[in-house]
Amino acid sequence: MAYLELQGIEKEFGDVRVIRGIDLQIRQGEFIVFVGPSGCGKSTLLRLIAGLEETSGGKLMLDGRDITDEPSSKRDLAMVFQSYALYPHMSVFENMSFALKLAKVEESVIAEKVARAAKILNLTDYLQRTPKELSGGQRQRVAIGRAIVRAPKVFLFDEPLSNLDAALRGQTRIEIAKLHRSLGATTIYVTHDQVEAMTLADRVVVLRDGKIEQVGTPLELYDRPANQFVAQFIGTPQMNVVAAKDIQAWVQQMALPVEPDGFLGLRPEHVTLCAAGQGLTNARVELVEALGAETLVYLSTAAGVQFVARQTERTSLAVGMEVGLRIDLDEAHLFDAKGRITRTGKARPTLVH
Amino acid sequence: MAQRSKYPPLLIVRTLAAWAITLLLFFPLGWLILTAFKTELQAIAVPPLLFFTPTLENFAVVQERSDYLLYAQNSFITSVASTVLGLMLAFPAAYAMAFFKGKHTKDILMWMLSTKMMPAVGALVPVYVMAQFAGLLDTRTALVIVFTLSNLPIMVWMLYSYLKEIPHEILEASRMDGATLWQEFRMVLLPLTLGGLASTGLLCLVLSWNEAFWSLNLSAAKAGTLASLIASYSSPEGLFWSKLSAASFMAIAPIVVFGWFCQKQLVQGLTFGAVK
Amino acid sequence: MKRLLPRILLTPAVLSLFLWMIVPLVMTIYFSVIRYNLMQPEVTGFAGLENFEYFLTDPSFTVAVVNTLLLLGSVIVITVLMGVGIALLIDEPFPGRGAVRLLLISPFFVMPTVNALLWKHMMMNPIYGVLAQAWKFFGAAPLDWLTDFPLGSVIIMVAWQWLPFATLIFMTALQSMNREQLEAARMDGATYQQQLRYLYIPHLGRSVAVVVMIEMIFLLSVFAEIFTTTSGGPGDASTNVAFLIFKEALLNFDAGVASAGALFAVVLANIAAVFLIRMVGKNLDT
Repeated sequence: MAYLELQGIEKEFGDVRVIRGIDLQIRQGEFIVFVGPSGCGKSTLLRLIAGLEETSGGKLMLDGRDITDEPSSKRDLAMVFQSYALYPHMSVFENMSFALKLAKVEESVIAEKVARAAKILNLTDYLQRTPKELSGGQRQRVAIGRAIVRAPKVFLFDEPLSNLDAALRGQTRIEIAKLHRSLGATTIYVTHDQVEAMTLADRVVVLRDGKIEQVGTPLELYDRPANQFVAQFIGTPQMNVVAAKDIQAWVQQMALPVEPDGFLGLRPEHVTLCAAGQGLTNARVELVEALGAETLVYLSTAAGVQFVARQTERTSLAVGMEVGLRIDLDEAHLFDAKGRITRTGKARPTLVH
Repeated sequence: MAQRSKYPPLLIVRTLAAWAITLLLFFPLGWLILTAFKTELQAIAVPPLLFFTPTLENFAVVQERSDYLLYAQNSFITSVASTVLGLMLAFPAAYAMAFFKGKHTKDILMWMLSTKMMPAVGALVPVYVMAQFAGLLDTRTALVIVFTLSNLPIMVWMLYSYLKEIPHEILEASRMDGATLWQEFRMVLLPLTLGGLASTGLLCLVLSWNEAFWSLNLSAAKAGTLASLIASYSSPEGLFWSKLSAASFMAIAPIVVFGWFCQKQLVQGLTFGAVK
Repeated sequence: MKRLLPRILLTPAVLSLFLWMIVPLVMTIYFSVIRYNLMQPEVTGFAGLENFEYFLTDPSFTVAVVNTLLLLGSVIVITVLMGVGIALLIDEPFPGRGAVRLLLISPFFVMPTVNALLWKHMMMNPIYGVLAQAWKFFGAAPLDWLTDFPLGSVIIMVAWQWLPFATLIFMTALQSMNREQLEAARMDGATYQQQLRYLYIPHLGRSVAVVVMIEMIFLLSVFAEIFTTTSGGPGDASTNVAFLIFKEALLNFDAGVASAGALFAVVLANIAAVFLIRMVGKNLDT
């Protein structure tokens, strides 16, 4: 049975339907990531689960209990806010022990739990400091520590890494992953960063305009996107998507089963370059991004269709040169006119050791 | 960029000009303070004395006059009482508007602002008549009521703007931590608002203390505040300047100092947030 | 419950302010159309527009209005011009800036009656006052300020008291200027005059408007200074509308006429208020 279940969740702000019928089942111990573009409703959904906003419709079940009408304070959930929301007038220790104090837990038990959480997060030396004496990364750990101490049923994270600089972000991401492994707690994590989604999630929920586009493991979403939106949202650089109309020659040539108003999707790593004239078509190099471990080449065909090719080898190509494009059309994803998938491309083979 | 000397000429000119203007503008006040420490003869000396041996005798004399103490007491009581009463009325209102923002919040705030726009003189007759009718003429009660209501719009505004600055997420965090509404208020909101309450209270204190219009019109011998007392010195006989200065000095000194502390609040309060 | 709580919290403040506004207003309107003399409460009766006529045709009325406008106008002009100048002068840091700020704003916190007496006796007294001494020092005959220039003296007192307010507002406004914009202008080669004209003055425009409006509202009620020094005189040379109303009410005890005058003053104030409210309302949306 699902540990946390959303049934037909709806939310309206005035006349605007922000959340339009969400059904989701989350197992105990899962790390779920809500991801999607700005305005898709992911933060709103999280806040609905937290109880910080009231649902306009639908049911919320946690561990068999209907918590739809329960106030936040009674749901046994902990939230890590994007701005950390630490209590400025309390020390780190007091911040982390606040919830337990409210629950009238014994002082010695509180001290022990806080000490344990502080040790995990390397905060033991900072327990007596106030938030303004801490760095951004430290504050963030206190926010996490505050949640851990409570040992809630579900952890909720609202874009916790977005206020950190790039280096710290990568580091903290790994720490969160390790923390999840050791605590095994059910977690819902909201982010707009798909790298975080791909690396942290057991399953990813892609949201758009208040509806779920697809739910699956990160690699499922990558290899078998259910529609064009998910296909282009997951994966950097974006999947190359061209309208069937613009590549009629190939469609005929390869007898591709794509609708005339449909689309063809190809991941950058499935586009290979060769000498001009020797591939499916010719293209002009517009930009080369040499990232070290891989190289991205941005191309434009004579008809004006844009492609991005990704390869691990370095290249001597320069802007303006003509190259040939080789495409493995078995790996192409085909979409209908509405963007729904009609045929997924074959996935990458898995290396077995 | 050319090398700059540590004291470029423009800075020196600017400094001198600023200090000159400042000293000129402060002079009347400074002169008052000096005169408070002179003897009466020194006070009227011609040409005016700048250097003299200071004396505290004026302060002693003024202190001994029992009616000075009475007036001072009235000022103190009315200012403090109106501040406390004002805070008690304003804080819940500001809280309601800051955290339960509704359709009418803006309208209510603007309306409160508009009540402050009416010149005091417009309400003089009715308030006087009502006070007379209720037997409250020349009482501290009347003054406290009038001061409170005069300052209420400003206080609500200021507290509202302080409360608005508290990030909602901190309060939400306390809710997630299991706090009831009352616990959220007492253990998180209140500590965070203390600064705002203090500044608003200070501003109200200053405004009430200096309030002269109502004091002069509604009170006389019994409930008169320092404002009235000083006004009654307007045509005395005999030598009295240094004593007047001493009395004035004592009347204004604490408030001027308070004023230094609440300059920022003054700007926000008196312009209703139009200038930040 | 969620709807009820804010309403309960708002009620005390809203109710008391409402009463504070409505009751005097209604009473004033009532008084203005009846005969009501505080010394002769038994004389009653509907007076229609008599009170208004009396007030408006009082020879002192025109003088009072003119004086009010002169007082208002002069103080506003003095405080704004000098305030902007001083604020610009001390905008950039210099040694002792903190102390200068404190000294400059002090006059505003002085009680109006102290302010009045300070000037009346210490500064303006024709024999012992400092101004008299200064005049003599330069070989000129000292002026009898309060007798010869009653309104002017009041203007000086009030302007001295309100200058810090204006200066403080402008100082605050200048602090919020976009420094990067100034730097860009400097890099573009703008002289100080050009910076003044294109950057500083437009930015200050809004705070000047606020200062003018606030001063209009508060200065209409200038009372303590006049009461304490000239008592509106000599004659009615320094009477303003506020003092005239006071005279009618508490010296002539004619509540009816005073109320008529009060309504007039309220209308004047409301004109200024409308503009200020609109400006503040815009600010609320941020």
